[in-house]
Amino acid sequence: MEEEGGRGRGAGKFSGQNLKQRNMPPTDILFYVFAALTLLCGVLVVANPFSRNPVTSAMFLVLTVASMAGLFVLLRAFFLAAIQILVYAGAVIVLFLFVIMLLDLRAEERRKVKRFGLVGALLSVGAITAIFFKCLSSSALGADPSPTMEGGTIALGKLLFTRYLLPFEIVSVLLLVAMVGVVLLSKKDLK
Amino acid sequence: MHVGLEHYLAVSALLFALGLFGVLVRRNLLVIYMSLELMLNAANLALVSFSSYKNNPDGQVLVFFIISVAAAEVAVGLALIVALYRKRKTTHVEDLTTMKL
Repeated sequence: MEEEGGRGRGAGKFSGQNLKQRNMPPTDILFYVFAALTLLCGVLVVANPFSRNPVTSAMFLVLTVASMAGLFVLLRAFFLAAIQILVYAGAVIVLFLFVIMLLDLRAEERRKVKRFGLVGALLSVGAITAIFFKCLSSSALGADPSPTMEGGTIALGKLLFTRYLLPFEIVSVLLLVAMVGVVLLSKKDLK
Repeated sequence: MHVGLEHYLAVSALLFALGLFGVLVRRNLLVIYMSLELMLNAANLALVSFSSYKNNPDGQVLVFFIISVAAAEVAVGLALIVALYRKRKTTHVEDLTTMKL
């Protein structure tokens, strides 16, 4: 069921007649499960029909990020999967939840979505999706059977501390700058 | 049909479209911000899948940098939202019309 959802939603043009084929390798089944979960939870982040509470959106964002980490594992990017869980699910979403609690958003009433805005958004999203899939179908991607590279800690760490040492240091400075900026912005008497 | 690079790219494209839809339709600043994160994640997924299938680890290093910059960006953006809420008592974009002509 879920695989079918992922197929129908995720790859309209790829859905062939062999949907019910039972000889799929387990990684493929896992891909469809994780892709369907990612897209489903993404939909629920953006347009949840049951609640417009930002907390619900944040919780579904956690699920989206976690299933994307699953996709990363399937792509053999193990380090990035761990980082994704640690940084997104562990830090970013917690920050979101803290801010939501801080802001006390109970007073948020249901406002009408403007018809014009909705139509414009649908048009632009449809256009960009069409562009993406047109590109995808017309580009000659090599027929690689499966991901070959191991994106483990050792490979990435070696690269990070030799070839990308300067960007790495710059990122550390950037994090310091962001921290100072956040402390300054959160002061009570902001000019 | 075997899962290949284009499947991952399709998922990434759809995720990006979802994020864009959220940014355009939702009126709550926090949810808009979450949709932005969704778009960033879609770009990350495309980069990781290219990097894995083309056997080039540089893409994964780039994703590492993107994630760290995104974390910093979220911290600063949420601090801005908190400061804005202190001044205006709202997080709705329709109430923030000071710069409207």
